Amino acid sequence: MDWLKILENTVSSLVGIDAAYFALAALGLNIQFGYTGLLNFGQAAFMACGAYGIGMTAQYFDVSMWYGIPIALAFVVILSLLVGIPTLRLRADYLAIVTIATAEIVRLFVRSVRFKRFFGGSDGINSFSTQFRDLSPFDPSKQYGFRPFQYSGYTFWTLIVAWCLVGIFGFVVFYLMRSPWGRVLKAIREDEDAVRSLGKNVYSYKMQALVMGGVIGMFSGMVFALDRGSVQPDNYSRDVTFYVLTALVLGGVAKVSGSIVGPMIFWGLYVFSDNTLRELTRDGGISVFGVGLLQKSQVGPVNYMLIGIGLMLLMTFRPQGIFGNRKEMALDGR
Amino acid sequence: MVADRVYTETAQRARAALAGVQPAPGVAKPDPILLADKVKKNFGGVTAVDVDHIEVQRGSITALIGPNGAGKTTLFNLLTGFDTPDTGEWRFDGRSLAKVVAHKTASMGMVRTFQLTKSLTKMSVIENMKLGATHQVGERWWNGLFPFRWKAQEKLIEQRADQLLKRFKLDHMRNEYAGTLSGGQRKLLEMSRALMTNPRLVMLDEPMAGVNPALKQSLNEHIRGLRDDGMTVLFVEHDMDMVHDVSDWVIVMAEGRIIAEGTPEAIAANPAVIEAYLGAHQGKSLLGEETPS
Repeated sequence: MDWLKILENTVSSLVGIDAAYFALAALGLNIQFGYTGLLNFGQAAFMACGAYGIGMTAQYFDVSMWYGIPIALAFVVILSLLVGIPTLRLRADYLAIVTIATAEIVRLFVRSVRFKRFFGGSDGINSFSTQFRDLSPFDPSKQYGFRPFQYSGYTFWTLIVAWCLVGIFGFVVFYLMRSPWGRVLKAIREDEDAVRSLGKNVYSYKMQALVMGGVIGMFSGMVFALDRGSVQPDNYSRDVTFYVLTALVLGGVAKVSGSIVGPMIFWGLYVFSDNTLRELTRDGGISVFGVGLLQKSQVGPVNYMLIGIGLMLLMTFRPQGIFGNRKEMALDGR
Repeated sequence: MVADRVYTETAQRARAALAGVQPAPGVAKPDPILLADKVKKNFGGVTAVDVDHIEVQRGSITALIGPNGAGKTTLFNLLTGFDTPDTGEWRFDGRSLAKVVAHKTASMGMVRTFQLTKSLTKMSVIENMKLGATHQVGERWWNGLFPFRWKAQEKLIEQRADQLLKRFKLDHMRNEYAGTLSGGQRKLLEMSRALMTNPRLVMLDEPMAGVNPALKQSLNEHIRGLRDDGMTVLFVEHDMDMVHDVSDWVIVMAEGRIIAEGTPEAIAANPAVIEAYLGAHQGKSLLGEETPS
């Protein structure tokens, strides 16, 4: 067992690119789900908007990478309106059903052969990140940072951009939620009829929250796409939405700190248990008294099981998440 | 029952204004703030509300009473835009309100509360109050990020909220979660939050439901206080003592229609009302002449 390696990998995954793009997606989802109470189960679709927005600058439009932002913004707004106009007047659970379906529709749409010209079909779009790489002030052949935080020049550049975005949007969400605007959103989460009776246009506020959360999710998709240097339709499936949601709940909903630290811990746990299982099965599977318990090939699924158990325990013993407010939680159902 | 009722100046004025009004269903008032015509609402085959004409006198406290299922709350929902009627037209302060959505009626000066109290439990009492203020600059998202644009207004709103909390004796709970308040305190909070919208007409849906007797007295005082401040009050209530105590005029509904109107004293003696409540048409009344409370 190489404990040092496991520990190093775990610690570096806390600030890794996965944690960063999850944090962005969670910040967006937090506006919708945590503050406004909109059950958006289709955050992956908004991430896909960002990824494809930037991918299409190379694939279809053949323009500078920077046009990716307005293109993706247009996608997000169109998607929000399509989803929001029919469902935001209804109860929250309808939105949940519709958003799950929408995210799947978006994925199947972009991977379809019919629109391969625009979105690249199931192969997705590749090699559009050269422009982003060229912006990097770091030498791609050198290693930067110190152990365990050691990265190649390009990864280091992506990490810096990603965490800067997390920081910016963290501040934006934090200050917005302390403003009267944020107060209206929180009140809508509690009881929208009360808010309506006080003269606020609930429908419009819900739409604003949906778009704003979607825009932050869009940046998450962009970061992910730029890091991989490719956009694959199947990277934006249901799982992503639910992992992001899990990470958010782990950190604590309706807290900015929760939506940043939650994803960090989510990935820390993931990498820790994955590496530990791999180390354990390095010299063949584990068996007790001749009964095989774990094979090398089973590490992946078993790891997800362990994470699932861990999260179930967390929800049982600390339902408010790490940063959530226990007092607020106790007021439920009164 | 009303022998030792003391009339304040505004109460006297309201009663004097209504003195000449004939106690008949749908009668015209000298200065109506709210008037509705032919408001009708069917749920399936059931006619929930079928009001031919109703007027609410400005500066008065008007009670809307009637047995369960009479359509009082539905009428409230229709008038405030929370539900749309099948037919009908109604005006508030000279402006037509038909097809006006719920959130607009509040900014026009007509605010309502709910039968089941809607306090926002996970927000503090003071945040609940501040939410009530209308036309807030900081409620636009692009202003939210720049506190200097809304801080001054926020301070004024907070001052007003604190004054109201003091008046409703909730100031000691200012920073507590609204979810920790008792049922009666929640009613008070909802009422004072509604006042934050600076209304001209306050519509209270069963303000006394679930409130203990000691608090009822002070709630009565608060409702009279609204009239003293120049507001018009329309409230739904089952508590007959309270209706007698605070109202200047009573409108009785049964089976969706207005069946009687008049001063509290006249209504208490009206045989049509007693019949509606006790079902005298089914034979002799079991409870005699008393109105239930």
